[in-house]
Amino acid sequence: MHIPDGYLSPQTCAVMYGVATPFWIIAAKKVKETLTTKTVPLLSVFAAFSFVIMMFNAPVPGGTTAHAVGGTLMAIVLGPWAATIGVSAALLIQAIFFGDGGILAFGANCFNMAIVLPFVGYGVYKLIAKDAPIDSPRHWIGAAIGGYVGINAAAFCAAVEFGIQPILFHTANGTPLYCPYGLSQSIPGMMIAHLTVAGLAEAFVTGGVVLFLQKAMPHLLTTIKPKEAVA
Amino acid sequence: MRKEIKMLWIGIAILAILSPIGLLASGDAWGEWGAEEFKKVLGFIPPGLKHFSDLWNAPLPDYTIPGLHNDYIGYIGAAIVGIILVAIFTWILGKFLAKKEA
Repeated sequence: MHIPDGYLSPQTCAVMYGVATPFWIIAAKKVKETLTTKTVPLLSVFAAFSFVIMMFNAPVPGGTTAHAVGGTLMAIVLGPWAATIGVSAALLIQAIFFGDGGILAFGANCFNMAIVLPFVGYGVYKLIAKDAPIDSPRHWIGAAIGGYVGINAAAFCAAVEFGIQPILFHTANGTPLYCPYGLSQSIPGMMIAHLTVAGLAEAFVTGGVVLFLQKAMPHLLTTIKPKEAVA
Repeated sequence: MRKEIKMLWIGIAILAILSPIGLLASGDAWGEWGAEEFKKVLGFIPPGLKHFSDLWNAPLPDYTIPGLHNDYIGYIGAAIVGIILVAIFTWILGKFLAKKEA
């Protein structure tokens, strides 16, 4: 889901930076309230987890690949605003050092994977887990479903960003300037990969790690609850 | 907390070592094909795509270590470098953002 440079017009990239920037600013403010010097190492470890889990490409029927992101997991442990910071950090390192995801497209990639993904995933998790006790299966089940929905919401956003390119940006004779595939191709292309392989991978990773944390280190799931952190 | 975080880092290290599993799947993700691929599929490269596609030359392109010819070792090396960079970067961010003490 790392959109490379060239697929989105510079105008689209500028708009996506414009959309992502207020989220980064608010995230920095919110994280100031919740993150302490004791919990910064958690941000680092989950951002590193996100980075490395994205390297596990899985085959998608039809000859493409897809991967989990780990953004909903970070949102469950550290809150969605911290997940925005953590996933953005992983995406920045991927773009600059590994050429995975564009520099111009960085705003778009952060919007999809560091903003839409953790917020949608966390929202779905919260709907299911509610205020259930920390050992309740609602937490890992909610995490798995949240992860699945979150990554698909992100993939859908990416599909729309790809798919509007040939409609908006073409030469006088209709030759596409950037991504040549319209919505009728980008939406199935992205969604088949994410409703199946990547969605299941994200569900497995998110649900699995939350279940592990419930059993082995339950207090990590209660370290950063905004209410407590403010108190 | 320290002990748990240490355990989680061990988990990350194991994932780095296992990362070449991610190389087994062939092909690119949808929408992540190199510009040249379009020549084969469409017969042309969309001009804007061609113009911006090599905007940036990453030092470790596609999680490879230049000069190292073993893909698997290179991928593990890239994973380790990336994990360290992410850890350093988030640590710096955390220093700026976090309250002094819990």
